[in-house]
Amino acid sequence: MADAKRGVVRPLSPHLQIYRWHIPMLTSILTRITGNGLVAGALLVIAWLLAAAAGPETFAAVDGFVRSWFGILVLVGSLWAVWYHYLAGLRHLYYDAGKGLDLPTAERLGIACLVGSVVLTVLTLLII
Amino acid sequence: MRYLTDYKRAVGRGAGRTGTHHHWALTVSAVGLALLIPSFLWIVGSTLGKPQAEVMATFARPFPAIVTALTLAVGMHHFRLGAAVWIDDYLRGTARKAALIAAAVFSYGALATGLFALARIAL
Repeated sequence: MADAKRGVVRPLSPHLQIYRWHIPMLTSILTRITGNGLVAGALLVIAWLLAAAAGPETFAAVDGFVRSWFGILVLVGSLWAVWYHYLAGLRHLYYDAGKGLDLPTAERLGIACLVGSVVLTVLTLLII
Repeated sequence: MRYLTDYKRAVGRGAGRTGTHHHWALTVSAVGLALLIPSFLWIVGSTLGKPQAEVMATFARPFPAIVTALTLAVGMHHFRLGAAVWIDDYLRGTARKAALIAAAVFSYGALATGLFALARIAL
């Protein structure tokens, strides 16, 4: 009785490529991508602070990158990633409390994260 | 084998071993970041692109220096814990161990570099 049954054929979850894309899946994957991708923004800000501490020549080089189109792309991308990860994190805390786990609510929360992150990014760019 | 109970066989073999603590540490750092991020974005966002003297002056003030240092510390710790989640998902064996160590080395290396820069500016 205490021995685990071995060789039991359990149903397998369908592979990722077979799944129809849906909001909770998309928002979950985006949470992971933004969380890891934010490393780029963090490193750029750290490099910028270090350059300011180092001296005028180093600062000029890093500041030039920060002001370049690629630097701005990284920074604005990171800003959106921060806000997306922020909202998705709040949603995660709400889920952890055992709330909002039914599908209609989860889908609405997912859309709120997607739309909210874009709105907050635009608002931040307007304010700063 | 048949003398072992189900409980005995299960102890210590959960999916994440120390998963509960890991999850709680991620939760605490997430709430900390939720409090810090709006101020951090305001400070860094309004200073990026400014001349060096202005950058130095901003981060020499107590509030920007403390908020930035805290965000870097809590953020890089949160990153280490978060990176461990996908490493645990996708890697096995030695590759998993190496990636977990690399995530720790990278996170705390970046954190120390940022704090050093802030200290040079603020002190």
